[in-house]
Amino acid sequence: MMFAQDPLYAGDWLGDALIAGLKVLVAFAFLLVAVMLNIWFLRKVISDFQNRIGPNTAGRWGILQSLADGIKLFFKEDLIPENSDRFAFKLAPYLSLVPAFLVFAIIPIGGDFNGDDGDGVVSIFGHDTLLQVADPPVGVLWFLAMSSLAIYGVMLAGWSSGSKYPLIGSVRASAQMVSYEAALGLALASVLLVSGTLSTHAMVIDQSGEGPAFLGIENILPAWYLLPVGIVPFVVFIIAGTAELNHPPFDLVEAEQEIVGGFHTEYSSIRFALFFLAEFMNQITMGALLVTLFLGGPNGPAFFFPEGWWIGVFWFFVKLMGFLFLLVWVRATLPRFRYDQLMDFGWKLLIPLSLGWFILLAFIQVGRDEAWSTAQFVGLGVGLAAVFLALAGMLTLAIRNARNERIEEMEDAHG
Amino acid sequence: MAEFITFFFGAAIILAGAIGVVVARNAVHSALFLIQTLLGVAVIFVVQEAHFLAAVQIVVYAGAIVIVFLFVIMLLGVDKAEDLGVEPIAGQKPLAVVLGASLLATAITFVLVATDGATGVGSGDPERQLDSGITDIERIGRVLFTEYAVAFQLTAALLTIGVIGAVVLTRSQSSADQLDDLAPASVDLPSLAPEGANDEHHVDTVEEDAS
Repeated sequence: MMFAQDPLYAGDWLGDALIAGLKVLVAFAFLLVAVMLNIWFLRKVISDFQNRIGPNTAGRWGILQSLADGIKLFFKEDLIPENSDRFAFKLAPYLSLVPAFLVFAIIPIGGDFNGDDGDGVVSIFGHDTLLQVADPPVGVLWFLAMSSLAIYGVMLAGWSSGSKYPLIGSVRASAQMVSYEAALGLALASVLLVSGTLSTHAMVIDQSGEGPAFLGIENILPAWYLLPVGIVPFVVFIIAGTAELNHPPFDLVEAEQEIVGGFHTEYSSIRFALFFLAEFMNQITMGALLVTLFLGGPNGPAFFFPEGWWIGVFWFFVKLMGFLFLLVWVRATLPRFRYDQLMDFGWKLLIPLSLGWFILLAFIQVGRDEAWSTAQFVGLGVGLAAVFLALAGMLTLAIRNARNERIEEMEDAHG
Repeated sequence: MAEFITFFFGAAIILAGAIGVVVARNAVHSALFLIQTLLGVAVIFVVQEAHFLAAVQIVVYAGAIVIVFLFVIMLLGVDKAEDLGVEPIAGQKPLAVVLGASLLATAITFVLVATDGATGVGSGDPERQLDSGITDIERIGRVLFTEYAVAFQLTAALLTIGVIGAVVLTRSQSSADQLDDLAPASVDLPSLAPEGANDEHHVDTVEEDAS
């Protein structure tokens, strides 16, 4: 019943199972190679930023450097600290790695979405299938589920090491990831309000073709969600996503100058390599998700319509590279946040901002559904804004009063 | 057939996890087995085409609630293997056996007697049939925001009250007392050298300025 529901899985089950297995294998191999190249890309670009040469020995342009490092890590001695909880210590790297792999399953990486019948279905050995490992009805909720599971890897790694710095690092990591997941989820909810579906495949179909006319010129803007959703959720998603990745400037989790290496201080050899792999894999997945949610996934710009599934793959990677370059750029530019700045930024800026934008989008959506006139829009908007400002003013006043009272109390008590 | 096989594996994961929760001597290991059980339940939900419930099961239970469990366990420092010979509450073990047995009996009776009524599949109400053309997410959304809108809002209010209540209860001291709590003597953390000797740097209580 479950498997018969998806029309793509009707027919001979053996062929479909083989195709599904092939897709899993390709996604797995792709992620491993992509991580290798991503690490090389990071090191080369950051070298350019810092006027260095960077890796240049292994292979042409040093492109095999990550492969050499990986092989070296495999053959290093694997140390398990005596104080550690062995079971959790060995389990933790896998709890980081497996969710990183699984999230990628919902990303559509290619397919032809152009034209009226462009539904991204491609034919492999006579079987119709999608260029994504799975298209579950819960779609992007799968991403939230997996990223909440990934916290366990970091948390357990820090706790089970039986040492102080890893524990501090893992407490920081869990606090940070839980905090920024809220902003990330709210930015995601804004997209869902516009898309009306959770499925990544349906979202990508919805974003194909041409968008609204710009300055009277048709066929120039793409139908990407970035336009109807707005720039705020996009930026919040990038910032909160960077924080979820524990990527600079949010890398307090492994701040070398303060806590050695953070949660993976005690890890060596292949277990360390697994954490490293998961970290870079998450960067790729986060970028792929950003591209899917805001930038149309495999859809190219509206004015450029060549045929074939490969063009979707091409656009997808162009956009993904853009995000990865942005990450390196940020890493090379910004210094690390202080811990209180990190928490203030997340809770006092990102969450209210994305929540406010979400309410605004919901307001517009309701207005469209109810077919309000412009006067109604403006009137209700001004009225609601007035109520909101009045409430915000009262809250600010209450907080200020409470603070003044506290200060007075302290002064009374301590003369 | 596929459903049966998946159910079989899911059930094995759930039971193994549940036994692990009880048997594990370390509280953190118990929490890990609990996650295994929750993930197994999510698998069963997927087999039943309740995709949304499966996702929520992972996001809320495995992703948030057990994380809080782990925080409490780690911060309270009860993460060492415990001596199970000592009973904290007298007569707790026989009582647990009786309660567990009655719970099991209730569950078995429920499954045997109320199979059709429990799932709603056999009830004949077309709204509750599985194949009515809309996804479970839409169905849950509609019911939640129409039929159960008031209950939904009240639950949200209850959770907010709970959070505020927790903050108020833990901040019941007056601010002046809090200031005293923060005096250096109370933030003195013990530390041990690698060989186990006391390596603590002594921190003198800083005399507060009289003014």
